[in-house]
Amino acid sequence: MIGALRKELLLQWRTRTQFMAVFIFGATALLLFSFGVGPNAEILRQFSAGFLWLGLLLSSTLTLAESFHSEMENRALEGLLLLPADPRALYYGKALANWIQLTLLGWALVPVMVVLYDAGTNRLPSLLLIIALGAAGLSAPGTLYGAMTAQIRAKQTLLPLLLFPLIVPALLSSVKATSLVILGDPMHALGSWLMLLGAFDAIYWALCGLLYGRVVED
Amino acid sequence: MDYGNNRFPRTPYILIAIGVALFLTGSYFGLFVAPPERYMGEVQRIMYVHVPTAWNALLAITFALVCAIIFLFKGEFKWDARLEASIEVGCLLAFLLCCQGAIWAKPTWGVWWDWDPRLTTTAVLLFAFLGILTLRKFVDDPVKRGVWSSVATIIAYVDVPIVYFSVRWWNSLHQLQSSPETVSSQFYIPLRVNAFAILFLMTGFIMLRARLASLRLAQEVAPPPMLAEEVGETA
Amino acid sequence: MSEFAIDAQRLARRYGRRWALADVTFRVPPGSVVMVAGRNGSGKSTLLRVLATAIRPDNGNASIFGFDLVKQREDVRRAVALLSHYSYLYESLTAKENLQVTADHLGVSRDSIPALLDQVELGPRADDAVATFSAGMRKRLSFARVLMQKPRVVLLDEPYGQLDPPGFALVDEVVSALKARGTTVLMATHQLERGAQQSDLAIFLEEGRLQWSGKAAEAPLGATR
Repeated sequence: MIGALRKELLLQWRTRTQFMAVFIFGATALLLFSFGVGPNAEILRQFSAGFLWLGLLLSSTLTLAESFHSEMENRALEGLLLLPADPRALYYGKALANWIQLTLLGWALVPVMVVLYDAGTNRLPSLLLIIALGAAGLSAPGTLYGAMTAQIRAKQTLLPLLLFPLIVPALLSSVKATSLVILGDPMHALGSWLMLLGAFDAIYWALCGLLYGRVVED
Repeated sequence: MDYGNNRFPRTPYILIAIGVALFLTGSYFGLFVAPPERYMGEVQRIMYVHVPTAWNALLAITFALVCAIIFLFKGEFKWDARLEASIEVGCLLAFLLCCQGAIWAKPTWGVWWDWDPRLTTTAVLLFAFLGILTLRKFVDDPVKRGVWSSVATIIAYVDVPIVYFSVRWWNSLHQLQSSPETVSSQFYIPLRVNAFAILFLMTGFIMLRARLASLRLAQEVAPPPMLAEEVGETA
Repeated sequence: MSEFAIDAQRLARRYGRRWALADVTFRVPPGSVVMVAGRNGSGKSTLLRVLATAIRPDNGNASIFGFDLVKQREDVRRAVALLSHYSYLYESLTAKENLQVTADHLGVSRDSIPALLDQVELGPRADDAVATFSAGMRKRLSFARVLMQKPRVVLLDEPYGQLDPPGFALVDEVVSALKARGTTVLMATHQLERGAQQSDLAIFLEEGRLQWSGKAAEAPLGATR
């Protein structure tokens, strides 16, 4: 799995312009969301957590699909499976790499959110942790469905179609936790939302790793 | 197929006929015999179809999960056919459920959609399984189609309780959930009759749809035309 | 334990409604070199991909040194290496990095990489990205990838395709070396004369069916197109 992760990170490093492009896409999305509300600072601050996560969710469909581009253009994934490489190791390598990339993307979008929506917080470590946990929730099923949809026509449409309904709990708890950190948490509910998010992550990191082999093999 | 030996499949039609008869009976009791509910009034009568639909939708999706697991282990295509059938019927029931929920919510809460955890979960489930049905249309290879939709079904099914709890926490505005156990016998006769009515209808539909799917699959996975038929040609 | 390197029984594979491979039965004793011939679309690649477990057989089965193609996929994969018409390379990685990825996943040392690159005459281009490579150079690199696996059975899909004349000689050399080592080689090619010279046995496919099989020296080279 170390080998698989090393390969993924090397591939991502080689295509780092892609990361910049997705970041700009996410930042543009955050800018556009504010036009959906209007120049009302208070309402924008109220919605900031939701906008951050929707921006990250939309960006994630780009990075997840892209992470299978290099596997499919020369069927490199098939080449690895025939060595034979353990599909589970391949899955966790890629899912971890996608997780790291999405987490970095989410962290990079935080300053954009703070500036555009006046959504500052003095609990920055908590916010970064929430983003990492939420990104884990997106990347685990996202990597599995990315592998599926990379193999068929209409990949761009099908990935969000399959992924979006599934990650509702992760999205919900990430948004809720983020807004508690930004807007204040008088009821101390942050812990239970993080628990829910952690449970979602644990279930899907285990389940998707188990099922990945069936998806990539003929 | 074990239910397709005779050319004309009688069982599903019998089940559907029983279902229709029960549904007419149950709805008669629900609409005319049972008294109006104390707080909700006449609107409450929608529960006589709503609750049975919900039970059966869950049942259809659970059956889909069973089919998915068996298909992944055994690879027999009849389970893929049943999976497709039960997801389709499950989606139909979930869609009806969402419509009934909206009809119930408008007079009760004043809005079409009140973000009730059960209803919201149903909507998420509906979209998740519609996604799986769409996926099936894009995969030409029958084995891949079966395996992928089984994988997606398992993943989506596991999601259902998590969605439910997250929405419940998220929207803790109205927690009172009237359960059918608390109402008197006059209420639960139509409820139970209709539950069985929809169960029969659903089973009949799934059987018919699975038969159709397996006829299509039989064409797709037929063994190759063997050399024997061309011996004369090559000799 | 089967005494055959490859024992294929009624292998068949379909794409959609078309049978790309239908009812192919043959046996290959260990250490022999087999030429697989046939026109475009006759099922050569499909046969090799099925034997390499890249794709499943839809009917029939085969065993590689007694390992079942479907039930003992891992063992088959350890024994077999496929030079596919897909290069299996990452475009954005260099030649060396591509072989490093292969070595890491195989669990073998990276030390053999420079020697392998020299063997396929890519030493000077080791640190260039594959995206800058010509088709022939990619083929050479894929060859290095196959050799790294130290397989007991090598499946070569069009090994001469896209190569220059020195490349032809290189393939001949490698095949002879593999043969000397006792490796079983299955080689799908359109270079019938060259292939037959290298081979002990030959198989001719037509429309997914086995049309002729026997000693390479007796193969009806003129009869096929």
